[in-house]
Amino acid sequence: MKRFAGFIRKEFYHIFRDTRSLFILFGMPIAQVLLFGFAITNEINNVDVAFFDKSKDATTQEIINKISASKYFTNKQMITNDAEIEPVFQKGSVKAVLVFEKDFSEKLTKENKTYVQIITDATDPNTSNTINSYLNSILQNYQLEINKDIKAPFQINSETRNVYNPELKSVFTFVPGVMTVILMLVSAMMTSISITREKELGTMEILLVSPLKPFQVILGKVFPYIFLSVINAIVIVLMSIFIFKMPVEGSLFLLGFESVLFIINALSLGILISTISSTQQTAMMISLMGLMLPVILLSGFIFPIASMASPLQVISHIIPAKWFIIIIKAIMLKGVGLSFIWKETLIILSMTLFFIIVSIKKYKIRLE
Amino acid sequence: MSISVKNISKSFKDVTAVNDVSFEVKEGELFGLIGPDGAGKTTIFRILTTLLFADKGTATVANFDVIEDYKEIRNNVGYMPGRFSLYQDLTVEENLTFFATIFGTTIEENYDLIKDIYIQIEPFKKRRAGQLSGGMKQKLALSCALIHKPKVLFLDEPTTGVDPVSRKEFWEMLKRLQKKGITILVSTPYMDEAALCDRIALIQDGKILQIDDPKEIVKHFPTTIYDIKADNIYKLLVALKEYKHSYSVYPFGEFVHYTDKRDAIDTKELTLFLKDKGLNNIIIQPTETTIEDTFMELAK
Amino acid sequence: MTDTNVIQVENLTKKFGDFVAVNAITFEVKKGEIFGFLGANGAGKTTAMKMLIGISKPTSGNAKVAGFDVFTNSEDIKKNIGYMSQKFALYDDLTVKENITFFGGIYGLSRKKIEEKRQLLVEELGLQNIVNELVGSLPLGWKQKISFSVALLHEPKIVFLDEPTGGVDPITRRQFWEMIYKASNNGTTVFVTTHYMDEAEYCDRVSIMVEGRIEALDTPKKLKEQFKVNSMNDVFLKLARNIE
Repeated sequence: MKRFAGFIRKEFYHIFRDTRSLFILFGMPIAQVLLFGFAITNEINNVDVAFFDKSKDATTQEIINKISASKYFTNKQMITNDAEIEPVFQKGSVKAVLVFEKDFSEKLTKENKTYVQIITDATDPNTSNTINSYLNSILQNYQLEINKDIKAPFQINSETRNVYNPELKSVFTFVPGVMTVILMLVSAMMTSISITREKELGTMEILLVSPLKPFQVILGKVFPYIFLSVINAIVIVLMSIFIFKMPVEGSLFLLGFESVLFIINALSLGILISTISSTQQTAMMISLMGLMLPVILLSGFIFPIASMASPLQVISHIIPAKWFIIIIKAIMLKGVGLSFIWKETLIILSMTLFFIIVSIKKYKIRLE
Repeated sequence: MSISVKNISKSFKDVTAVNDVSFEVKEGELFGLIGPDGAGKTTIFRILTTLLFADKGTATVANFDVIEDYKEIRNNVGYMPGRFSLYQDLTVEENLTFFATIFGTTIEENYDLIKDIYIQIEPFKKRRAGQLSGGMKQKLALSCALIHKPKVLFLDEPTTGVDPVSRKEFWEMLKRLQKKGITILVSTPYMDEAALCDRIALIQDGKILQIDDPKEIVKHFPTTIYDIKADNIYKLLVALKEYKHSYSVYPFGEFVHYTDKRDAIDTKELTLFLKDKGLNNIIIQPTETTIEDTFMELAK
Repeated sequence: MTDTNVIQVENLTKKFGDFVAVNAITFEVKKGEIFGFLGANGAGKTTAMKMLIGISKPTSGNAKVAGFDVFTNSEDIKKNIGYMSQKFALYDDLTVKENITFFGGIYGLSRKKIEEKRQLLVEELGLQNIVNELVGSLPLGWKQKISFSVALLHEPKIVFLDEPTGGVDPITRRQFWEMIYKASNNGTTVFVTTHYMDEAEYCDRVSIMVEGRIEALDTPKKLKEQFKVNSMNDVFLKLARNIE
């Protein structure tokens, strides 16, 4: 036990004396959360919109004025027939078009129901989504206003159609993705680098020739990173709660448990990488190409899995990050308990066991 | 026997690193493996420290088999790989403490053994190992290898890249360690260090050329060597190679080491021959055979 | 006499902050001389050599290499010198032939000239069988001999060798020195830095650097006489002791 404690103390010396790894450990997570946070929840400002008012009555005029008057939208032009809609999008002069149906006001008062169509340019799905929800909320506000003194509520139904990406699904929930990327990066890359560094230095030779058992060496190398990754996870969750007002509907304890499980999964991947690479550089390349890219691209963090080509969807199943994102989304946003995510948890658990067994098999007590 | 190596061979892909090597090191002996880079010295060290399997042959260290009893060997040997494997970002003291703890001991417990060496670097104990000079790194690495009181000490090229003063001090330390009963196997590419060992094995291309006492080993050289000097060394080398009786011609410091096919050379005749070739200030004198001459003759 | 001095150094100094790496060194090297530049690791050898080959600017002092000033004409210096270091010499993943073509090319040799030089080199070193092999697969000794020849490809006035023979076997080492003697005989100046003291015995003159200063400068023979010892190694030991 004393040997082990000495080993861990040494690991902490390494980490705290290397400014580069300190930066990766603590600077990166904060920078990434802020970056992704502000990039994706970016408020829209003075977005150009066009109106196609088939009704031209007092209500539509009022709504148009309300939208144009808000700081989020600018009335770029009025459209007078259907054929004009396509060209304005192609020119890129507006991001959205609102189409009011005929006899808008009349239907509203007589049938208590009327339609406005919102067409958005979804080449940039995130922006289009945001525009959509802002327009909807303006419409809803208006609805509340006119309903104030009328008993039977009038309803304006808005129907949304996304052009160019009709299957669009929201990726608004960035926090789970960022957290996954960071835990993967810190845990897998840092451990694989720190193990290969010993190989490069030649100190691994001495450790092998010492009475330390292989699992002690590995555990000693990995333990500090479990600790630091947990701190990271806590920092990210706190930041998302307090800076971005993310909800955490489910149990914090469950969230912590799942995070630790995922961290161990990433660490075992890091160990696996270190057994197949002999230099820090290779370890870094493998971590970046083999882990980071799939985690960012295929886990559903940025691109929705449902809209991927089917071979990629199959590949996404073997990426632990995908399951972890599902788990934290479920806990943070839906507030579900273990009974709803036991399947995903089990998948990560078995992957972890698999990686650990393979790395133990591959870890050499000798040099070849 | 403290170390016994029998017919060890080891290949990497198509390169034979060690080729049928056998030698024995007695208890308390200071034994040197002398040879250039790529001779197979490091591979032999790694086989003996249980880091590599040999393809063929057997070996024991402190009477433990290198394959079956590898755990016992790992408890009983000190190993200092080439390039002083230390943690550059830890201080002198932290490095030593770390190696002490992983061997389950403390600095205090075995301070006696390392005192001699450690005392020279103790003033710098708060300095990071990465900022030490080559000589100090070497002393720290040796202290770390000794901290658990090993029976056998393996030192792989401990003096490479170290200044002459530190080299000299290092060999003096080894002599003192030897007196404490530690068996030492050391490798070096420097022929002049061979003389400081009890026995040496000359090794090249994975093969042992000769094993003997350093004083005895030069006796294997078959003939007398002459120091020859003239005003232009390059012309002298060319001329001597053309000389019909020449056997070997090597530049050797300020002289050329020359051996003749005949038992004795005709100094007058050779001087005339060289003068004929346009050389002046000719000196020809017999000289003592060095280990390096022997090595070259055996490796030829 | 100055026209026969291909390297002329006066009070050359290099400071890094408060640390004086090279402290006012003065020496000159004659044409065709084999000059040994000795010192322990960290004595300032490498820093001094970097100034001479034009890749580091001195803090103060004067130096001319191949007739060019190190402050103002460092580009001209680079064209007139050859350089070989133990750490980097040739590309392991190129063949011998490709290496020769590449290095001939970066020194601006014409295609014809490179071809000519290559044939000469192949013949002299007996490379016929290995000219199309990857350099990485050759023994260390071969690599060093070839890289020395490559450093001489553009017929430089001075060739700088940084620890050239570390770790090679004794026979190869002597073949290497024969090549150095030959180059020197052809009028090329050879500047060798090394911390192997026995290497010094082969040089015409040597300087020994200790802590940024040149503490001794003479022929090996005279230095040994002066310190009353038998080897350059002992000269160094005595010198170090005197300074302490």
